[in-house]
Amino acid sequence: MVVAVQYISKERGGEQSHDVTGILAVQGAFAEHAAMLDRLGAPWRLLRAADDFDDSIARVILPGGESTAQSKLLHSSGLFDPIEAHIKAGKPVLGTCAGLILLAEHVQTADGDTITDRRDGPYFATLPVHVRRNAYGRQLGSFHTTAPFEGIGTIPMTFIRAPFITSVDDGAEELASVDGHVVAARSGNQIGISFHPELDTDTRLHRMFLSL
Amino acid sequence: MAEETESKNATKPGEDRAALNRQLAQMLKGGVIMDVTTPEQAKIAEDAGACAVMALERIPADIRAAGGVSRMSDPAMIKGIQRAVSIPVMAKVRIGHIAEARILQAIDIDYIDESEVLSPADDVYHIDKTQFKVPFVCGAKNLGEALRRIAEGASMIRTKGEPGTGDVIQAVRHMRTMNRQIHELVSLRDDEVFEAAKKLEVPYDLAKYVHDNGRLPVVNFAAGGVATPADAALMMELGAEGVFVGSGIFKSGDPAKRAAAIVKATANWQDADLLAKLSENLGEAMVGINEDEIKTIMAARGE
Repeated sequence: MVVAVQYISKERGGEQSHDVTGILAVQGAFAEHAAMLDRLGAPWRLLRAADDFDDSIARVILPGGESTAQSKLLHSSGLFDPIEAHIKAGKPVLGTCAGLILLAEHVQTADGDTITDRRDGPYFATLPVHVRRNAYGRQLGSFHTTAPFEGIGTIPMTFIRAPFITSVDDGAEELASVDGHVVAARSGNQIGISFHPELDTDTRLHRMFLSL
Repeated sequence: MAEETESKNATKPGEDRAALNRQLAQMLKGGVIMDVTTPEQAKIAEDAGACAVMALERIPADIRAAGGVSRMSDPAMIKGIQRAVSIPVMAKVRIGHIAEARILQAIDIDYIDESEVLSPADDVYHIDKTQFKVPFVCGAKNLGEALRRIAEGASMIRTKGEPGTGDVIQAVRHMRTMNRQIHELVSLRDDEVFEAAKKLEVPYDLAKYVHDNGRLPVVNFAAGGVATPADAALMMELGAEGVFVGSGIFKSGDPAKRAAAIVKATANWQDADLLAKLSENLGEAMVGINEDEIKTIMAARGE
């Protein structure tokens, strides 16, 4: 699915007064999430600057992209603090691919040799899991498959230079796995997944997130 | 790990691989892809927030200055950059050089740029990119070129611009031309698209896609001559989905600062107050050459 060009410059969709899903829009595939929410008729707003975040934001999506780039821009845009407060208040957040890396407490390099405890650093580090970056290798390791997802059923899953979860730590539960590797986990209202539901046409995962 | 995944999972060669390759480009949107020549520069680019790096031995401005035949970079040098960063690593092959592309695929490159910046290997044919598993990005000056490259299997398009000049005029011209031609195609009656495809010298199904969707079927970045945060913001304003910066960063006075400023400008291209701040005290920009002062027009390579 390639998204219509209008989503790149369109800032908001649907009724805006309450129950808005904020989509972090500093870099990456944020427009695809917006298109998905449009299919479900749910209001959304792109979060580019601190001003975009207000009380109407009921939940937040951290999209795919490059996590290092997103992390830099989260801080320079002033969006880090309001989103961190949102997560710490127990409100719903969905991180896909790079978004999972932004949420993870521990991040490993692709070879698994170095593990960084991100709770001391300038990251959200609120989801108690260990995540390995680029765990399937480079682009030649990217793949598409279908697998069961807890509470939803079997859904399409697209993995692009994806990470996976090497350890689901205390306080978190596994939601899905592929070939013995955990690819989705939840802790309270935080959901982190290593694939891209926004790249397929199945809306069930977004619908489940909207129900939180 | 990759082998295990391939055997167990359902990704079929062909259509799924083409989709996955277009989708990787979708992840790069809103980002900046920077030319780097060493692992140290690659780290600077990653730390500044680049969404990918282009590994090459000489940046376009130096290729232009040195003259002579310019080829694919040494795979050992590319591997050094792959080890240094976790973001995607791209590298260039000469237009039509099938063997250079096979070599880059063999070293597990994330994206191949079949690029007019290098000396063309073939003055008639581009690479049949549908025969490769790795994705390709190609340059285009207009809609016809863009759709011909997509028909050959490119999963990402960039404007050609004029590399190594620091002069943005050609990137602007190419982006405006592409957008104007897309608008023209959209405005046609359905039964007029056949003739339009003929005139553009592109397959009908791709012309029809653009007619129906008002955009290219792949991600479209700006490239060639982007040197400042304002240049990047200009290209985003004109509809680019991200930017490549070649010589502009590491030919400037303070690469780390300029790189970070261009990343922020690309993400926040609508915020003029921020652009003003980002443009302050960046040190010396690359010197640049005007388009009427250059001898080699790289954009004319490969139609």
